[in-house]
Formats: sequence, C-alpha cells, structure tokens
Amino acid sequence: MAASADCWKGGAVADALLQTEGLTRRFGGVTAADAIGLTIVSSEVHAIIGPNGAGKTTLIGLLSGEVVPEQGSIRFGGSEISHLPVYRRSQMGLARSFQITSLFRDFTALDNVALAVQAHRGHSFRFWRDARRDDDLRGPALAALERVGLRDRAATRVDKMSHGEQRQLEIAMALAGSPQLLLLDEPMAGMGPDESSRMVQLLRALKGSVTILLIEHDMEAVFALADRLSVLVYGRIIATGNPETIRNDPGVRQAYLGEKHGAEPGARHG
Amino acid sequence: MTASLDPSLKDAPPAVMTARNVFTIGLIAILALVPVYAYATGQTFSVALFTRTIILAIGAVSLNLIMGYGGMVSFGHAAYLGIGGYAVGILAKEGIGSGFVQWPVAIAASALYALVVGALSLRTRGVYFIMITLAFAQMIYYVAIGLDRYGGDDGLTIYKRSTFGGVIDLNDKVVFYYLCFAILLASIYLIARLVNSHFGLALRGTQSNERRMRAIGFPTFRYKLVAFVISGALCGLAGALLANHTSFISPAIMHWTRSGDLIVMVVLGGLGSLFGPVIGAVVFLLLQEGLSRVTEFPDLILGPILLLVAIYVHGGIGGLLEGRRRG
Repeated sequence: MAASADCWKGGAVADALLQTEGLTRRFGGVTAADAIGLTIVSSEVHAIIGPNGAGKTTLIGLLSGEVVPEQGSIRFGGSEISHLPVYRRSQMGLARSFQITSLFRDFTALDNVALAVQAHRGHSFRFWRDARRDDDLRGPALAALERVGLRDRAATRVDKMSHGEQRQLEIAMALAGSPQLLLLDEPMAGMGPDESSRMVQLLRALKGSVTILLIEHDMEAVFALADRLSVLVYGRIIATGNPETIRNDPGVRQAYLGEKHGAEPGARHG
Repeated sequence: MTASLDPSLKDAPPAVMTARNVFTIGLIAILALVPVYAYATGQTFSVALFTRTIILAIGAVSLNLIMGYGGMVSFGHAAYLGIGGYAVGILAKEGIGSGFVQWPVAIAASALYALVVGALSLRTRGVYFIMITLAFAQMIYYVAIGLDRYGGDDGLTIYKRSTFGGVIDLNDKVVFYYLCFAILLASIYLIARLVNSHFGLALRGTQSNERRMRAIGFPTFRYKLVAFVISGALCGLAGALLANHTSFISPAIMHWTRSGDLIVMVVLGGLGSLFGPVIGAVVFLLLQEGLSRVTEFPDLILGPILLLVAIYVHGGIGGLLEGRRRG
C-alpha cells in the first residue's frame, strides 16, 4: 500500500472520500481543533495519532456531528456535511464506534446490530409487526456479526458479554449500515494483548472493503493497520504520510513519538 | 422464517407460570369478575370503585409507554384526563351527546396538545422535561378554572352520558364497566404491539442510549414525539371515560397531584412492563381506599409504602414477584 503513497501528496485528491478544510473549534481558551485539513482517500486505513489532549476525540466529534465547528468545511462523498445533524451523517454512510463502549446493554447482540440495520432502512414509523421477526433486519445483522466473529454470540445479552466482545460488537454495529467511512474511536481501549491482537486481525480483514479513520493509542496496532497516518498535536495536524515517512519525520519524533519511546514507535503508548 | 435466523428469540423469557404471570392472570380474572361478584353479594358500589380503577389504569398504561419504554417522565399526564373529560363535558353542554363525536374529539384534542407540548418539551431532558410538562399541565388547569361558561372552578355536571346510537348504553353500570375493561385490554395489546415494532425498538433504543441512536442514524426526536402523542391520545380517551363515569368534570380532574398519582402507579407496578401499570393502579387505588376507611390520614401510611417500593424493589411490584431486588 505504501507504493501508492505518492499519489496522496499534493492538494486535490481525485478519490477523496472525506476532506476537511480549516476545521476549527475552541473550548474556552483551548483550541481543540486548529484549522484541520484532512483528506481521507477511499478504502484506505487512515490513523490519527497524537498525545493525550491533542484533540483526537474532538476531531471524531466534528466529523460525526456531535461537535459543531466554528469554522471550516467537511466534505463527504462530494457534499458539504458540516452542518448536518448526527443522524443524517450516519444515514449518508459515516459510521462511528465509541471510545467507551456504548451499546444497548439490555438487548441481545443481535438486537443491537439489527437496530443499527433498521436505522438505515428508511423511517421506523412501523407500529404493528414484530421487528424482531423481520428477516430484512436479522439477515444483515447476522452477517455483520459474522464479519466480526460474533455469529454464535448473537443471542447473548450485551451485559453478559466480555469487554473484548463488546468492542467487537461496537464494530459490528458500525458496519451494519454498510458505511462508506468508519470512524473508530480507540477500538483497542481497555483491551488485553490477546483481545487487542484479535481486534487487529478483525480490522485487517475489513481493510479495503471499507474506508477507516482510526484513532488509537496502541502504536503497534496503528503501525500494523494504517496505510497513512496523521499526527495531531494541540489541535493541529503536524504531519501526514505513510508509516515510514511518519516514523522518520523529525518533527513528529520530537513532538510525539520521541517523548517516551525514542525512535521506537512500535512500542505501546498509553 | 427459519429458526436459525432468529437466535435472539431463544433468549426471550419462556412463557412459564412465574409468580408474576400467575399474579397478572389472577388480577385480570378478578377484574373480569368484579360485576359478577358485586351483584351476587349486593356490594354494587365496588363496580364504581373498580370502574374508576380501570380508567386510571388506562391512563397509567398510556404514561408507561413514554415513561417505561421511552424514558420520558411526564409530570403533566393528568392534563390529558382533563382535556378528554372537558371535550365530553363541553360537547354535552353544547348539545352534542354522541360518543362518536365526543370521543374522537377527546382523543384528537389530547393528541394535538401532546404534539405542542412534546415539540417544545422534548428538546429538554431530565428535570427540565419534568418541569416543563408540569408547567403546561398547570396552564391547562388554570385555563379550565377560567372557563366560566363551563363551571369554572366549580366544574360542570354532565347530564347525559355519551350515546352510541343505541349500540351501547353507558348508563348501564355493568356495560360501562366492561367497555372500560375492554378498552384497557385493547390498550395493553396496542402497547404490546407498539413496543415490539420497528417504532418500539427505535423508542426503547432511545431510552437506553439516545446518543448512540443518533450515531447509528436515528432522528430520535421524532420517534419520541410520536410516542408522546400516542400516549397523550390514549390518556385523553381515559379522560373521556372518566367524565362519563363521574358525570361531572372540574379542574380537579387534572390537579398536579393526579399526575403524580399516575407516575406512582407506573413506578409501583413496574416501569416498562405491559401489565405493571394495571397492577400499580389497582394496588394504589385499593390501598388508598382501604386506608381511608381505617385512618384519617391514609397518605401517612401510603407514602412510606411507596418510598419502600421505590427504594428497595427494582421493577415495582411486578419485579418483587419475580424476586428482583435492588442490588
């Protein structure tokens, strides 16, 4: 994938799926997003890395619609979305997972994913038939569970699932609407090494079939998965490039990777 | 549908005779037999008591839709009893006695009011939502007091119960009782279908995690609003029944403590359970009635009982029967 890195340099990108320009948001005195210009190319895995407080979660909020920008634009699939509400962006194919597992805890795994499928099947003003017997929802939901390896846990209630399984279910829900772009907010958060490597495998299997914007602290995972990385520090993107470029960028090493790990960005970063 | 495609159904509670189911079936059977018992023993006053109980149970069932399945604590639900009741009373006074006009007007007026209140109040949540629904209900309460033509503070006597072209005679206490009972069962069936439909899952998902619902693509506001309107419309029908039952309507029907009573019934019976509001209404009203016969201060005993249920029993009386206690 690094072979095509050259085509990503330069301004206008032909197959940009998502493009932000001058995206800015302040909270009090803190500029959490400072004129962010970011381009996500179709079917790449694009990781955002940066130290704590760099504005990664704000960026996800801006893209998904929970945070309103003060300035700047977000173009997604050719249309301007920066003033659309969260649910509209989701319906357009911009799905997200949450950093803190955010599932419907008293529903089964299948119900959770079926609900996500339902959201993309037009309106839900259908008042009479039992939605749990709707194969148009169950079928795609089971397929999404299959994709994340939870097919045999379909009937399990979320609050009876392990943390790792819940994180996988998060991904299944995000996948359920057949999104074009998946925003993953720290999918490895709180995971042990085993669960982490299973998640890396899972995401690697998704690679190519869906464009992914990945925010993650686990550097090992990031460098294993990302086609390109952007480094976010104090709300600014200080570098974008393929893993090799980023690893060797002196500014990045000084600002971020160098802080704790010297020149070994393969190590875990908490 | 193939069995393999629906594993979640296996997780559904099996339809066995749990203590809760036995209790619910027993309660419905008792309600069904009240007039029989009353006339066999000559205690005909109990028909009136249970008619009132059933009507308020319909109100509680309607409140449970938004409170138990939608997480919206409306502290102004008695307003619909008032709107439904006044629709019947005002039309009756103006010479329109047909239930085919009165009842649809009661339902439509309540739905319209719910649409306005919901559109404004559902933009807030938590305590603010509770306060706004209360404020609107108080407004309607004072509007009713201001209706001089319709008795103002003193209320309005309804000389003729709603007529249905001779099909049903509401003056017959037993007929009226069974009509209310049938409407209660129909409401519960309606809610059962609703909460398991596509709409119902959208609503329950919103109660469980609204932020997530938006993120997966649900415009949650409009589902909450529609639930709010359905709930109001159903409670408006209960108001029409109540006006017919008492043959009298006054602002007291929508006093804010009545809204509180409805909330208590829902919580007492178990939030978000289909028959919970009925259990809650029966227990609450019978306790109130029974205690007022032995003491001058029934609330002094009723209050602490409600507190204990609210604090210690998860899922109300229904939950207690299932052996659920707050951990």
